[in-house]
Amino acid sequence: MGAPSWARSLRSGWDDAVSLYFPRIVILLLRVPAIVQLESLSKLYGSFVALRKITASFEAGRCYLLLGENGAGKSTLLRVIAGLLRPTHGVVRVFGEAKPAHVRDRIGYMSHAPMLYDEFSAAENLRYFAGLYRERACLSPEAALRAVGLDPALARPVGQYSQGMRQRASLARVLLPQPDLLLLDEPFSNMDAGSARQMLDLLERQRAQGQTILLTTHQRELAEPLADFILTLQAGAVESLLPARTAAPA
Amino acid sequence: MRAPYSLLHLHKDLRLEWRSRDAINSMLFFSLLVVVIFSLAFDPTRAFSRQISGPIVCVAILFAAVSALNQAWARELRHNVLEAHRMSPAPAASLFIGKVLATFLFVSAVEVLLTPLFVIFYNLSALGNAWMLLLGVPLGTWAILVNGTFFAALSIRSRNRELLLPLILFPIFMPALLSMVLAISAILSGDADPALWIKMLAGYDIIFTAISLLLFDTVLNAE
Repeated sequence: MGAPSWARSLRSGWDDAVSLYFPRIVILLLRVPAIVQLESLSKLYGSFVALRKITASFEAGRCYLLLGENGAGKSTLLRVIAGLLRPTHGVVRVFGEAKPAHVRDRIGYMSHAPMLYDEFSAAENLRYFAGLYRERACLSPEAALRAVGLDPALARPVGQYSQGMRQRASLARVLLPQPDLLLLDEPFSNMDAGSARQMLDLLERQRAQGQTILLTTHQRELAEPLADFILTLQAGAVESLLPARTAAPA
Repeated sequence: MRAPYSLLHLHKDLRLEWRSRDAINSMLFFSLLVVVIFSLAFDPTRAFSRQISGPIVCVAILFAAVSALNQAWARELRHNVLEAHRMSPAPAASLFIGKVLATFLFVSAVEVLLTPLFVIFYNLSALGNAWMLLLGVPLGTWAILVNGTFFAALSIRSRNRELLLPLILFPIFMPALLSMVLAISAILSGDADPALWIKMLAGYDIIFTAISLLLFDTVLNAE
């Protein structure tokens, strides 16, 4: 004897609900928390619109590759997330803080310029900057330099370094306070293929340790293996934000 | 025990200057020029020297200070090091006070070097309490440097910053300049009591140091 019809319909409704909602609940529970959230973010320089209503979130422990032509707004976006620029409209939340400047000790920012003193050696620069991050468990300057493939004993001032060496020293400065979020603006520029590969391996290790990486580059083929997601900007607006494997090839 | 952040910045600035000698060289050049040119222009007697030395000392210090102030933020702007400071959790005020202390030491070193030259070129001897120069000159130097460092930071994003700095600085510095000139003249001539002017300089220093420290974070993070 079968179950009454009301029981069958109840069971069927339950099954439908489970099949429909259970995967979504699992996805929600497994979802990696977003450490950077952008809501309708716009940045204007006078009348020039550098960023247009960008809404996106970046999850912890992922690597995001920011692509776009020159002037697409990649560097401006990184600077806004770093708290170096204030958005004209919209909200940026980093580690849940509406003012990224309040969590700046957890952010490592590498710009086009090395942000180092020419007169000091790389180790001297790093010793100085380590002193500014007292509350963080900093790497030793020697360890940071070794991690980027520079000799800590090198006494030459940074002003006499090649461009590639400056980039490495700059990355060492960024890695020194072991930040949770790395914002890297064109880290492979002026680097030979071997050095860029070494830097990629290093960034891969940083991501494996749980650091989130937002990286801009024009060398997509080089950085793509590292990326989890690819964010493409076009004239200051988000054109696409896709998982790296499904993003359209360059 | 860890040294305060400001001492860390001071140590860095002293080491950078030791290696480059950018500020000291230009300061020495300008202040020597002032001392020599005025001594040739006036051919001063001992009595006349006492009257004009106060203003000339101040002009020499002013030139030396402006020259040092133009260099003060130049190193931080080169290769965007200032942005590394903005990203660091160290308080902005510590960067400011470290910079003022470093520039103060540079200008003081130049003043020490200039003192015997003044005595020789202007045939000087103080009729008042000469030890009061040890109060008046450093207080006046601090007054220009604390304002100058603040306004130099304010003007670093301007293309004409080297022109803009004296334009903003000199009117604000005027009360301190007058106090410094009158204090030094009073000490050298022995005609009047310099205590009032020295107190005024001290008050000026306290007020402007406090204002600069309070506002520097806003200036540093301005876009």
